[in-house]
Amino acid sequence: MAEKVLMKGNEALAEAALRAGCRFFFGYPITPQTELAAYMSKRMPKIGGTYLQAESEVAAINMVYGAAAAGARVMTSSSSPGVSLKSEGISYMAGSDLPGVIINVQRGGPGLGSIQPSQSDYWQATRATGHGDFQIVVFAPSTVQEMADLAYEAFDVADKYRTPVMILADGMLGQMMEPVVMPAERDLATLPEKPWAATGHRHKRFHNVINSLYLPAEDLEVLNIERYKRYDVIKRDEQRAESYLTDDADVVLVAFGASARVARSAVNMAREQGIKAGLVRPITLWPYPVEELVRTLSTAKGYLVVEMNMGQMIDDVRLVVEGRAPVEFFGRTGGVIPTPAEVYERIVALNEKVGE
Amino acid sequence: MAEQKETKVVFERPHALLPVVTNYCPGCTHGIVQRLVCETLDELDIEGETVGVAPVGCAVMSYDFYGCDMIEAAHGRAPAVATAVKRVNPEGVVFAYQGDGDLASIGMAETVHAATRGEHITVIFINNAIYGMTGGQMAPTSLPNQVTQTSPYGRDVSTAGYPVRVCELLSSLDGVAYLERVTVDTPKNVRKAKRAIKKAFQNQIDGVGYSLVEVVSTCPTNWGMTPQDAFEWMRENMLPYYPLGVYRDVVAEGYANAAEAAAARSAACPIAHPELAQEGE
Amino acid sequence: MSELQIVLAGFGGQGVLFAGKVVSYAALIEDRELSWLPSYGPEMRGGTANCSVTISDDPIGSPLVTTPDVLVAMNQPSFDKFLDEVREGGVIIADTDMVPNLRQREGVRVVGIPSTTLAEDAGLKGLSNIVLVGKLWAETHFCARETLDAAMGKCVPAKKAAMLEKNKQALEIGIGA
Repeated sequence: MAEKVLMKGNEALAEAALRAGCRFFFGYPITPQTELAAYMSKRMPKIGGTYLQAESEVAAINMVYGAAAAGARVMTSSSSPGVSLKSEGISYMAGSDLPGVIINVQRGGPGLGSIQPSQSDYWQATRATGHGDFQIVVFAPSTVQEMADLAYEAFDVADKYRTPVMILADGMLGQMMEPVVMPAERDLATLPEKPWAATGHRHKRFHNVINSLYLPAEDLEVLNIERYKRYDVIKRDEQRAESYLTDDADVVLVAFGASARVARSAVNMAREQGIKAGLVRPITLWPYPVEELVRTLSTAKGYLVVEMNMGQMIDDVRLVVEGRAPVEFFGRTGGVIPTPAEVYERIVALNEKVGE
Repeated sequence: MAEQKETKVVFERPHALLPVVTNYCPGCTHGIVQRLVCETLDELDIEGETVGVAPVGCAVMSYDFYGCDMIEAAHGRAPAVATAVKRVNPEGVVFAYQGDGDLASIGMAETVHAATRGEHITVIFINNAIYGMTGGQMAPTSLPNQVTQTSPYGRDVSTAGYPVRVCELLSSLDGVAYLERVTVDTPKNVRKAKRAIKKAFQNQIDGVGYSLVEVVSTCPTNWGMTPQDAFEWMRENMLPYYPLGVYRDVVAEGYANAAEAAAARSAACPIAHPELAQEGE
Repeated sequence: MSELQIVLAGFGGQGVLFAGKVVSYAALIEDRELSWLPSYGPEMRGGTANCSVTISDDPIGSPLVTTPDVLVAMNQPSFDKFLDEVREGGVIIADTDMVPNLRQREGVRVVGIPSTTLAEDAGLKGLSNIVLVGKLWAETHFCARETLDAAMGKCVPAKKAAMLEKNKQALEIGIGA
């Protein structure tokens, strides 16, 4: 087994991306993700890769678009305000079926907001990373180990479905250190072939065109429908979630990323007091882990959604629960991290309410 | 016995130009310039190694016209896209083909920074002082008092500002190897333009540095003129504002490439020249 | 002891994050669960800085320590800020050179040592933070004694061997203080 090392989430994610075969990084400094870019700037030149500090977030994501079009494993990272600027390129990547990995180490918003940890870009990531009819795969790590593991896997998922993949982290996961075991170095020769890429045709094939423009409306409709068929496969095969003590749970908490850690502590506090609480932690935010949540419907008398925002993922929980049990919300916003104690209080209150 | 007639091909479609119908208006110069680019790809025998980046603007569909691999960029982002393609495949040839709105307005940041980074790419810049595809709005290069759909009383420089002279602007940047402004209004000028375009590609192959050719062009449709009148208007009004000529050519200045020229320019800056400090030790 | 939650707090530049790192590496070496979470942002530059360290035998929930078992306070504002947050039965370790107003709190043991002076007198200027880590170890035994030196070895780059010795010396002073 590989050695356990102590790393910041941002650095663990960067190192795992390199091990996944990412050799191109285009970014722009922004707190609280800057260690990620700094790590890349240090390592890329040593392994024959490219670190390029772009003139803007807009340029960076369009460089990601270009490198992906040329067939490379490529990523960019930013934090909330920067990700808004990247929305143009993400839409173009989706429209051109280009794989690539985008990291959002979220901070409080809107606007410049704060630089403290937040989850207030859930809607942006799962509903509207850009204009047009599309989705991207969104992973939500909850530990430094998952920062590494999901970043590593993100490249494979991106290539498999020819789609952008986002890692939706936050300032807490980016800045904190935990023990982590790094995934093995990927042999670059084993990376998937990309016969569609714009690499120069060498007079061996007709020209490849990477494009998202389709002027006849009917042509675009056909393509969008085809793409959504691929999304159906992703929804079927790529849902991921972790359940904790949900088998007999009366009160089911639903939380992702950093807030899931807080929720887990609160569940432990509740269990100590004899309250049957459990936690469903979505690991994919899109596709949303509907199946895992449906499994809890047989026992759950009430749901408590815990987020570091004003209530965004709660929409997806309600879509699954469909009124069959009350769905309540507890969140802190602006960059404030909720405490296990305040979540515990809400569990107690909900338990009393649904126990009546 | 009938006399054997000798046939000689005097004109043909370049291989790199696909046999398709373009979407350009009658009299538009895009067709001429794209032909020149394709002739260059043929003559340098680089079609198979080349990736072109198409803009948003009238040339937006040009990914269907070029025989080489093509990427359609978002509006203004062609230099960023081309940068990445070249970084991924440094042995390949990469060009961006852009209009004035794309290159000098919405994509000005990408243009300036690709140039100052000295990206080894070739940029072909069509300056016709108007937004053609959207129907004739004011461009960053529209002339003072020029009437467009969004400057209906003429471009008022006191509110709309002044046109951007791209070659002059970029000539101050250390990453730039070659800048030339040409036009294609006469056979002679077409030949000059061809030489400039070919040089801009050859520079990339030779590792000389970032090269841009600005082609002062016309838009008969949106200017509301015949092609001949449009060229006349261009000669009369645009060429005095955008004089033809070479704005940077590091090779002609005696340097091997842009990096050498930049080093000479920064000779007095110690941190830019660590090799001098070592010599002094 | 299944879980120990520590807050280390002081001015930016006093080395509270580094001190937390030493504690974290000790937990890593002993293959325990741990988390290290710094405060970050402009407040670090000359303002207050703190970090949360949790060592546990079980997976760690929130890495943000809000009710620490132990507070290491390197200045008065940090002492004042966290005094009431410390868990009943917990410990506060403070540098009395920097925390002149060492208020007591019922149910919490307040241990003050002049770590800045102790470090300077031993020719270890700037290692007050490590003296306090020594004291933290003496109070809580969060790891085996030899692990502490090994953890220090992980935190100080190999090429700075002299620095490593000084840090180990600082630990020793703290343990004996």
